[in-house]
Amino acid sequence: MIHSLFLINPSGDIFLEKHWKSVVSRSVCDYFLEAKEKALEPEDVPPVIHTPRHYLISIYRDKLFFLSVIQTEVPPLFVIEFLHRVAEMIQDYFGECSETVVKDNMVMVYELLEEMLDNGFPLATESNVLKEMIRPPTILRSVVNTLTGTSNIGDTLPTGQLSTIPWRRAGVKYTNNEAYFDVVEEIDAILDQSGTTVFAEIQGVVGACVKLSGMPDLTLSFMNPRLLDDVSFHPCVRYKRWESERVLSFIPPDGNFTLMTYHVNAQNLVAIPVYVKQSISFFESGSGGRLDVTVGPKQTMGKTVEGVMVTVHLPKTILSVNLTATQGSYTYDNGTKLLVWDIGKLNPQKLPNLRGSLSLQAGAPKPEENPSLNIDLKIQQLAISGLKVNRLDMFGEKYKPFKGVKYITKAGKFQVRT
Amino acid sequence: MSTNNLSYNDQGGSDSAVEVGQETTPTSSSNAGAGFGLFSTNFKKNDDLKEMLESNKDSLKLDAMKRIIALIAKGKNASELFPAVVKNVASKNIELKKLVYVYLVRYAEEQQDLALLSISTFQRALKDPNQLIRASALRVLSSIRVPIIVPIMMLAIKEAASDMSPYVRKTSAHAIQKLYSLDPDQKEHLIEVIDKLLKDKSTLVAGSVVMAFEEVCPDRIDLIHKNYRKLCNLLVDVEEWGQVVIISMLTRYARTQFTSPWREVSGGGNSETAFYESDEKKTENEDEKKSYMMDPDHRLLLRNTKPLLQSRNTAVVVSVAQLYWHLAPKHEVGVITKSLVRLLRSHREVQYIVLQNIATMSIQRKGMFEPYMKSFYVRSTDATHIKSLKLEILTSLANEANISTILREFQTYVKSQDKEFAAGTIQAIGRCATNISEVTDTCLQGLVLLLSNRDETVVAESVVVIKKLLQTQPTQHSDIIKHMAKLFDNIAVPMARASILWLMGEYCERVPQIAPDVLRKVAKSFTSEEDIVKLQTVNLAAKLYLTNSKQTKLLTQYILNLGKYDQNYDIRDRTRFIRQLIVPNEKSGALGKYARRILLAPKPAPVLESTYKDRDRYQLGTLSHTINTKASGYLELSDWPAVAPDQSVRNVEVIEPVRIHLYLYCPFPLTIQALHQGSVCVCQCLYHKVSCYFVSVCNASQDCIHNRARFVCLCRVCLCVCVLESSSEVESDEEKSSSQSSEESDKSSSQSEKSSSESDSEQKKKTTKKPPQKKTVKPTAKDRLHGFVPKKCLSRSLCFSLYTHPCPLSCAALLQVSGPAFVPEKSHDLLHRMTGKGLSAQYQFPRQPCLYQPSMVSVQISLTNTSDRPLEQIHIGDRSPTGLNMHCFNTIECLLPEASVTVSLGIDFNDSTQAANFQLCTKEDQFSVSIQPAVGELFLPITMTEQDFRQEQGKRLGMNESSATITMAAANTTSQPISRQVATVANLGVVPSGQDNIHRFAGKTASTGAVVLVTVELRGESTALITINTEKSVMGPMLLRDLKRALAQA
Repeated sequence: MIHSLFLINPSGDIFLEKHWKSVVSRSVCDYFLEAKEKALEPEDVPPVIHTPRHYLISIYRDKLFFLSVIQTEVPPLFVIEFLHRVAEMIQDYFGECSETVVKDNMVMVYELLEEMLDNGFPLATESNVLKEMIRPPTILRSVVNTLTGTSNIGDTLPTGQLSTIPWRRAGVKYTNNEAYFDVVEEIDAILDQSGTTVFAEIQGVVGACVKLSGMPDLTLSFMNPRLLDDVSFHPCVRYKRWESERVLSFIPPDGNFTLMTYHVNAQNLVAIPVYVKQSISFFESGSGGRLDVTVGPKQTMGKTVEGVMVTVHLPKTILSVNLTATQGSYTYDNGTKLLVWDIGKLNPQKLPNLRGSLSLQAGAPKPEENPSLNIDLKIQQLAISGLKVNRLDMFGEKYKPFKGVKYITKAGKFQVRT
Repeated sequence: MSTNNLSYNDQGGSDSAVEVGQETTPTSSSNAGAGFGLFSTNFKKNDDLKEMLESNKDSLKLDAMKRIIALIAKGKNASELFPAVVKNVASKNIELKKLVYVYLVRYAEEQQDLALLSISTFQRALKDPNQLIRASALRVLSSIRVPIIVPIMMLAIKEAASDMSPYVRKTSAHAIQKLYSLDPDQKEHLIEVIDKLLKDKSTLVAGSVVMAFEEVCPDRIDLIHKNYRKLCNLLVDVEEWGQVVIISMLTRYARTQFTSPWREVSGGGNSETAFYESDEKKTENEDEKKSYMMDPDHRLLLRNTKPLLQSRNTAVVVSVAQLYWHLAPKHEVGVITKSLVRLLRSHREVQYIVLQNIATMSIQRKGMFEPYMKSFYVRSTDATHIKSLKLEILTSLANEANISTILREFQTYVKSQDKEFAAGTIQAIGRCATNISEVTDTCLQGLVLLLSNRDETVVAESVVVIKKLLQTQPTQHSDIIKHMAKLFDNIAVPMARASILWLMGEYCERVPQIAPDVLRKVAKSFTSEEDIVKLQTVNLAAKLYLTNSKQTKLLTQYILNLGKYDQNYDIRDRTRFIRQLIVPNEKSGALGKYARRILLAPKPAPVLESTYKDRDRYQLGTLSHTINTKASGYLELSDWPAVAPDQSVRNVEVIEPVRIHLYLYCPFPLTIQALHQGSVCVCQCLYHKVSCYFVSVCNASQDCIHNRARFVCLCRVCLCVCVLESSSEVESDEEKSSSQSSEESDKSSSQSEKSSSESDSEQKKKTTKKPPQKKTVKPTAKDRLHGFVPKKCLSRSLCFSLYTHPCPLSCAALLQVSGPAFVPEKSHDLLHRMTGKGLSAQYQFPRQPCLYQPSMVSVQISLTNTSDRPLEQIHIGDRSPTGLNMHCFNTIECLLPEASVTVSLGIDFNDSTQAANFQLCTKEDQFSVSIQPAVGELFLPITMTEQDFRQEQGKRLGMNESSATITMAAANTTSQPISRQVATVANLGVVPSGQDNIHRFAGKTASTGAVVLVTVELRGESTALITINTEKSVMGPMLLRDLKRALAQA
């Protein structure tokens, strides 16, 4: 299956390699680097590259390339999914996934990779299991380790590895037992010039932070589960129970995890919380143009819209911008031609507006297409689909846990075409 | 070693001390990328590493090892340290030991002799009481790629394969693959081990051993037979990576073992083409269509993989999707759509693979993804390859109905800043235009407009596409050709120039004025054109020469002369050939006569096809599919066999069918069959005689050693949820009774078990006098969890549910009465309190076999005293018709005011709906009452298999059959409501059916035991055919009438 892994930074340096079978020479990466040179953006590098003797499957994440070498047929998603797990594991252990972090913890990352695969086949990818085998670094622990000479390596087999619920470790104890759930919904939408919705859907995630002692068995039910069009679960959720009763019944992993993701696909039901009035025009003469953007609240269910941000990729021929914002501030990077207008909270009384002139490079023709606007926003205490958690019950343990649910609506891939 | 040292000095002499200082902190990022001065600095450092490794302090050794591992991670050579490192292999410090292992695995291959020093340590560790140590020893031992130790590895693998710990067994499955790649000659022995591990029931082992199977002996499909059902059943509980491997293996397996479920579809296709064929053949086809029955094992696989579509692991979702695509009947494939569309929200790389698969699917099955068309709309932020894939899919999805929406969307894309993408869009428009003739003109006009676009790539692409479109209908468009001729001066892209030249030549007769002029222009610039343009110029010249030689003779001569001396041999060849063909001279052979027919032959229009058209030859989701070439190790998916191989090979002899019986007071007794290794538990509902869905085993561990295990079960028929908790008493009971049961022989035990369990439950009911209540899905069922009593528990062995393998007792069970599928709570008034002077009576049918006489129907009467004085001596008096055979209840001596009592009666209705009249007497009064049963109450449900059902049905045709077609209420079109409605009307048992659209029910009349068979066959949206087969020619139509009423209403 997975033969080797190389971590490569954007400038093309290989800074970590791990082989699970016999050693594959680094030179195999040359094919990849060649493809990388060809691509304009790092995102455009094809994920699967076919070389004479090997197949290279790579992901680009957190400004790093994770490149795996394959020799025989294997489902490409199998590899891609695993590489993402590696990135998530690094993130989980060290707080972020970056070149510096990996270099600083080279040995630990290497050991983790050793544990995650055996002969190229995933052995332990559950964070809970890994953490029992190799404890994540903390300041306190490193101090203790240097004083007492103990190590970060666990010496017993993690119990999770053996049971059918590998995501939970045994003997969890908390003084404060609490279970918090975050319902985060993202609106993916494409609006056209006139503001009509071309496409809209809601993607939701129920994240959880569960800190409960023992082996609690939780049941989470929704007021209106019929809303959910398509769902995917953490392995702990019992499918059959969902199919028959539409409740989430599960023994939770310890700590933070994503319980489920869902999809609400009802074109006309999706409330679009903001409207955008925009006009971007370029003069026929080709010397410049005007930009005028106003953002206002639309269907917000009585909540305030916060963290509004408008991002515009201006055409390459733009030389400079001269704009004024009635609210918030804007930044323009002439290198990437990226205009970012950070508005903040949306005030229905006084609508924020950004207007001004754009000047083009001398002699450049009038741009063909107007750039599209990407909108970012956030609404606290609201799930835009109307999904509501009904109740959370706990079985199997005696104590009474603290429970809480938080709702947030965000803009996902929210694009306004101009 | 000394020589090594020498060489260090030789090369490292010039090394600066500063760099050494840097190197001693291996984690500092400064030196990471710098591959240069390293060779020299390494040597110095290796010296002190060696010293550190040879010291006595663990902490020093540990530091050294960490630095060495960091070197390896960076891809630098640390092999010289091998002897120093290998000495520490037996270290007590577990962290140090692990690091040494990591080092060993990396370098053992290069230092084989020295590596042998460590082997004995591992051999010792393989016997360690700690399973973690045993497993890791095997892991490292098998990772050392040294051929000499093959026999040792083989021995270790064999031993580990029968280890107590499933984790060690899992490791041994991994070791199999490693040994195989080291020494393929061991194949035969390894297959033995694989066979053994395939039989393992642990979910932990399943994925790894199937992986080993796929690597070592993917062709030994015979090893899978016996384990097929087990793998299907374990699948949900296997870890996600294992699921992917098992699913892809089972896909291949199913394609060799089952017949095609697509026959009906292909049959349908045939019947269209068979229009001219004889009718005889057609009917034959239809017969064949009807006779297709999905193998229950095939169905089992589809059913057990479906929930995995909800997995968070995208690889699992796609592997289930490909399984459905390759195995499921065409009408069931739709279930995967939603899940695949969901994955489009995932990471970019995931999107890429998923879109590729969708692109292949959408060519064959447009309908599947059409409702989700908008999910494939392109965003400006998408990566280039994602954009082009989305475009591809949108083009495939286009049809008459949605083309206008798609074209409008394409208009936006054409304006995109990403010019490559815009060009792709133009090609897509071209494809839409050729595929959908209604929009060809619109597209053509749109494309012509694009010719005035400022961007050259866009214009060039438009020219190429317009050229292709014009070829399909050249007659009307000479003005477009003229327009393009005008563009010729401005366009520099070779492909576009060549396209225009070709158009001119092909349709030169349509534009006789312009074509020679274009030739003149291109002749001027001939030498500076690209090869492709030159070739087309030669073509154009030749064509014009043939049609209009007067004007172009000289020009053609000129061009041919230029071409003759071109650098490119293709052009030289072409020129020579054309000259011979068209210019008449004495040597021109026979071909010259045909020059016109050769060059100006009508040419078929190009078919614009998707590049994904031929990808379906690869299994979806595979690497080969992604790269569109056969990857090494790709296993072909075989075609369906024409005749299914023997099904019985998958039958598994049930060893010691011992069951745990856990009786619940409420809602229904269940038989639990538990499987201890792993977590599969199959329950059987005693009332419904059907297997229940096992939902889950909760609590820490269902290891038998643990005192508590909890099972949540769901009855398939009534959807009752039961939670069973085994307590520590269960364990002790189990010990006692297991010894008893082992004496019983296989078959008799299971048979007697069945009957005894039934009678047990019967007794229970009698004593508690509580009829089983109807329970739909209610979470409140949990309230009653504590009420069950484990009675007889036997375990430590496995059983299989009845529906996963054909029941060996099917013949005996044919007419066996089962419990009612559903008990209506509806009660009927027997005696109103006003007429009964305070005594009110209500009756209902509990649908149980009567205890008094089998031919009787049991009736429950609840008597309530609503008066203010006690009623005495309630009993049954005279009855009519006089011959009425009835079992009365015992006289109730006294019924206090406000009190009520439930009694049961047995009445032999003699299989007719004639009312039973009798007198209900108290001490003072007599009241005439009558019980009129609905026809459905005169039956008792029986269990039978589908085959038996067909057999019995065959005996009752003609006069004994009554049928009707009805329009179903919308709510009744799925299996659950149909079963419920039928069960409400009549006390019939459900017969498991292999087809989704046919529901079968069976029962026998209480009195004479005549068999009644009901078939509900769904036809189309809302119509259904109800067929009733029974000898009772009166009851048949009556039952039919009742069923019609019930199913037609909501």
